[in-house]
Amino acid sequence: MLELKNICFTRDNRKILDNINLKLDDDKFISITGPNGSGKSTLAKIIMGIEKPDSGQVIFEGKDITNMKINERAKLGIGFAFQSPVKFKGITVFDIIKLSAGREMTKAEACEVLSSVGLCAREYVDREVDGSLSGGELKRIEIASVVSRNSKFTIFDEPEAGIDLWSFNNLIKVFEKSRNNSKGTILIISHQERILNISDDIILLSGGKVEDFGPKEELFNKVVKESACYKLQGGDN
Amino acid sequence: MENVDKNLLETISGESEYKGAYNIRKNGKGIERKVTENTNIVTKEDVQGIDIYVKENANYEIVHIPVIITESGIKDVVYNDFHIGKNANVIIIAGCGIHNDHHKDSEHDGIHRFYLEEGARVRYIEKHYGEGNGDGKRILNPVTEVYLKDGASLEMESYQIKGVDSTIRETKGKIGENASFIVTEKLMTHGNQVAKTTFDVELNGDNSKAQVTSRSVATENSSQVFESKIYGNAKCFSHVECDAIIKDNAKVTSIPEITANNIDANLIHEAAIGKIAGDQLIKLMTLGLSEEEAEKQIINGFLK
Repeated sequence: MLELKNICFTRDNRKILDNINLKLDDDKFISITGPNGSGKSTLAKIIMGIEKPDSGQVIFEGKDITNMKINERAKLGIGFAFQSPVKFKGITVFDIIKLSAGREMTKAEACEVLSSVGLCAREYVDREVDGSLSGGELKRIEIASVVSRNSKFTIFDEPEAGIDLWSFNNLIKVFEKSRNNSKGTILIISHQERILNISDDIILLSGGKVEDFGPKEELFNKVVKESACYKLQGGDN
Repeated sequence: MENVDKNLLETISGESEYKGAYNIRKNGKGIERKVTENTNIVTKEDVQGIDIYVKENANYEIVHIPVIITESGIKDVVYNDFHIGKNANVIIIAGCGIHNDHHKDSEHDGIHRFYLEEGARVRYIEKHYGEGNGDGKRILNPVTEVYLKDGASLEMESYQIKGVDSTIRETKGKIGENASFIVTEKLMTHGNQVAKTTFDVELNGDNSKAQVTSRSVATENSSQVFESKIYGNAKCFSHVECDAIIKDNAKVTSIPEITANNIDANLIHEAAIGKIAGDQLIKLMTLGLSEEEAEKQIINGFLK
């Protein structure tokens, strides 16, 4: 279980997270949603250790990990898929998949990982993870490699961002499969109804606070309605 | 051959036994040579060095010309000229390894000139490496001159692995019609090492092409200068890309110069210098690598 206790995070005199308290159970598929600027990505980064909270605690499986480094958290079983995948000159897709899996693997195994997100694996496995790949390709490689880690707790920061409709359908299948097969918890930042709809629980963040947290059955309609109102009021999504 | 010789040769050529023709030079003298049906190697009479002749239409020829220096205080200047016949297809593996355990400087200046006839294709691999515990410097100053006739192509891969205290690497080229010159340079400096690379390439023939990719890492107090001059004298294309990672107190200078002397010359120079990007370190740390391991992985990939 992952627990966030009294998490606060302020930057440039702006309260980005305001006393967040959450308990996230094991083996759940949980979505975080809410308007831009509501603190979703910051919260995810605080769980991974990329950002440090000004106050509060992060407890993972009963252990206080608030002061742990990113790699120590990774070793405990926390995974993170970036909203904007990082590019590397010289590091290949195969290298990243192996590093992500944390073990040696054959190219055939790496190709299987890529195929799961609809990439024609042979064309990609030896390419560098650099600007020669499109944003959508990089994104799918990022998601495939993080899924293959089989972490106990995996965070996906807006997996749908930068992905075309065809790839998105594939992506939904990846998450459905993860939801059904994986034993770990998935925490996914998303605005997509289809992702919210396959969630066990939904967290609604607004203005750096948890506005609502509960089972999908209770929150889905409310969240979709609020999101529609927000759009009508001219908010971005 | 002593163990230290064998280790140096293996490090610079990546092989313990040579296929094809070869000429091994040690401490300023040729010590072993083999020629083949299509490749002849002849000692020069006026200066130190050799002429390598590859017959026209020779296919998949391999030529090794390694140099090793194990005596401190030697300054070895050698001229190696490659004459590659029409439509020949050759891999040439050169390189220099210096082992210096003493206080005198050891230096090797290899001047390699490539004369490629029409349609000849060469892949030229050059590795430089220094080792030993002495405070005598290990100095390597390679000069490469490339003359490409119609339709010829030369791909040059140049690696300075480690341990070279001072290097000036000059590459010059005159590129003819439909010919292409492709260079990949990988360089790493540390300690107080200094490295200077210069490219001076004239694209003289229509549809000639030059492509230079330099990736370097400068650490500690080392310094590097990358200077590239490309002259587009015909309908031609050139792309120079210089990427450098700096660490600690290292310094890197990139000096681009592209001159178009023809309306149809298309010349590009890109340069980027900076420390390892924070998001790259963070990404690899999310995969469980420590900061040091992540940095090593990024540098190894960059110089691969």
